[in-house]
Amino acid sequence: MTGTALLPPLLAGAKITAELTIASTFIGAVLAFAAGIARGTGGRLIRLIAAVYIEIFRGTSLLVQLFWLYYALPLLGPSIGPFTTGVLALSLNIGAYGAEVVRGSILAVARAQHEAAIALNFSRRQRLWHIVLPQALPEMMPPLGNLAVQNLKDTSLVSMITIADLTFHAQNLRNLTLDTVPIYSLTLLLYFAMALILMACMRGLERWVRIGGSPARS
Amino acid sequence: MMYGFHWDLSNPLAFAWSILPIILIGLTVTVEATILGFIVSLIIGLALALLRRTHTRWVAWPTAVVIEFIRDTPLIVQLFFLYYVLPQFGILLPAFLTGALALGIQYSAYMSEVYRAGLDAVPHGQLEAATALNLSRTRMYVSIIIPQAIPRILPAMGNYLVSMIKDTPVLSVVTVLEMLGLARIIGDRTFRYLVPLTLVGAIFLILSMTASAGVRRLERALPKSGILLR
Amino acid sequence: MTDTQDPIIKFSDVTKRFGDLVVLDHFDFEVNLGEKVALIGPSGSGKSTVLRILMTLETIQEGQIELDGIPYREPGGHGPFHASAKHLHNIRSRVGMVFQGFNLFPHMSVLRNITEAPVVVLGLSKREAKERAMQLLEMVGLADKADAFPTQLSGGQKQRVAIARALAMRPRVMLFDEPTSALDPELVGEVQEVIRGLAHEHDLTMLLVTHEMRFAREIADRVCFFDKGRIVEQGPPAEVMVNPQEERTQNFLAPYLADRQAGV
Repeated sequence: MTGTALLPPLLAGAKITAELTIASTFIGAVLAFAAGIARGTGGRLIRLIAAVYIEIFRGTSLLVQLFWLYYALPLLGPSIGPFTTGVLALSLNIGAYGAEVVRGSILAVARAQHEAAIALNFSRRQRLWHIVLPQALPEMMPPLGNLAVQNLKDTSLVSMITIADLTFHAQNLRNLTLDTVPIYSLTLLLYFAMALILMACMRGLERWVRIGGSPARS
Repeated sequence: MMYGFHWDLSNPLAFAWSILPIILIGLTVTVEATILGFIVSLIIGLALALLRRTHTRWVAWPTAVVIEFIRDTPLIVQLFFLYYVLPQFGILLPAFLTGALALGIQYSAYMSEVYRAGLDAVPHGQLEAATALNLSRTRMYVSIIIPQAIPRILPAMGNYLVSMIKDTPVLSVVTVLEMLGLARIIGDRTFRYLVPLTLVGAIFLILSMTASAGVRRLERALPKSGILLR
Repeated sequence: MTDTQDPIIKFSDVTKRFGDLVVLDHFDFEVNLGEKVALIGPSGSGKSTVLRILMTLETIQEGQIELDGIPYREPGGHGPFHASAKHLHNIRSRVGMVFQGFNLFPHMSVLRNITEAPVVVLGLSKREAKERAMQLLEMVGLADKADAFPTQLSGGQKQRVAIARALAMRPRVMLFDEPTSALDPELVGEVQEVIRGLAHEHDLTMLLVTHEMRFAREIADRVCFFDKGRIVEQGPPAEVMVNPQEERTQNFLAPYLADRQAGV
């Protein structure tokens, strides 16, 4: 089997990988902000809940989380398929890591900025949304970009719960052809290419965020 | 390997208790794979870092690409690659060794960055001072650069060690029977997956939180100014 | 100025500690409406802390504070300030503060630095807020910098923007915490010029912590000399700064007095 024959199934898998990455990065980002803000600035109970979520998903292994959800979710209802399970596991995992980035950047905003905002009588919530987050956002973009690439790599684990992603297709082809060197080389290259594209996107987003806070806005 | 073992299915706690001994056998495999992978990553990572630092561009540049490539592609695919491709070249390794090697290679890319960042963090003035004192290159590394780099390098390495622990379950896909692999086998036999998986998750949580606390203590204990090598 | 009206600011027996360190020691202090008070004294004597307590940036351990007749602590109030968010909001609406380090918002233009709080906190329309901001920028001489960003300004310009920003909230009390200490010497004058202008505002109460003795003397109705968490000596600048009675005040003012005698 030649490289050209290998490519179509691998590309079909890559499409699933891309979908998984986009969905879970997006949901993970929402979770990261919610949990990161909650842990950094919430009341005592909210902070505790956020901390438990973050520690559990950072402290255990993604593959364990994936299998756990794979066997636990059907107990809630049979309608949840592996794709949803995969997206959920990836989002929860990357969201927990992202939450620590968000919290860290919020805490890194200088105390003097908080004081200036208090002196201008901004409420707690207004300080967070108008003063702290706009300054923290550009700082958190590079580490969040790294997490997005990490998330792309992590999607490969969902092949273990029967989702037909790039890794799954590579395994399938190996079972069919035993042409291991071209199959896995091509697979690695496809992941690498997707990572490069993702990094370029994240850099673009980072630039956009930075411009968002400069002359154009007022 | 599980013939003769009896699990108590009367309630979840009894079940967890009865499978704990098996899971703990898996824990030893997890720990061994992590340690071996860590050592591999330290060695290959150092090699990559040194190659990256050479002044020969046709060595440094391809090394940079290799580092980027290793870092941006999934561990599981790298593992499959080694597992299926090495035998084609006559290299027959046990699954455990292949797994630890894959783990080590993946993290060598991160480790090379740790070395680089540690060395770069030593202020340039220190090198100039060493040159002014007419120290030899070896002497400069041994007495000036490395002692100052170590306090910056060690905590970062510790953090990657913690990540490596959590990546070892991936090795189960090539039949390495670490904790997750065993938990899944127990699940297959008993049709009860959540108890063994929860148990494994709990052990990972304890393991990584303990290790993280250790890294934080190390970080606090290390002198900021550098440590004496001799 | 010192008629028999009720004071706008009143500290009664206030003690403030940082751990074991006593910063304010059974401190009593009153300021009348419209009064301009300069707080002077060595570093760590507690003068900046008075301002930070008034701005609710610091809590106190003992005693009472009133502003405009409103006690800082609410009966049964919770949290470090023993007051609800609403109560703190009410107090803060009466006070403005200018910081030593300017503390402008780096992610906002000069104009937005000034309009943000009026829009978000006071609910002004953007147009109203902008008009108010432009008047203030005019006043501090920076109307042409409305669209600049803080990083593009000199220290003196930043501090003038910070003053405009605080004034945009129409506070009754303005607190200046060493407003020129972080400035290069050649930029001090332009900031002092703006503060000097404000000192002519009859109803604006001003508290100024400064190490610029000449400036303190020039704009203050009253000078308070602080040492070790207490006011050692206070009175009109013409008395305290020309002929101090207390030894600690004399020592502290010695370089300034020597300068004056030498006619510098």
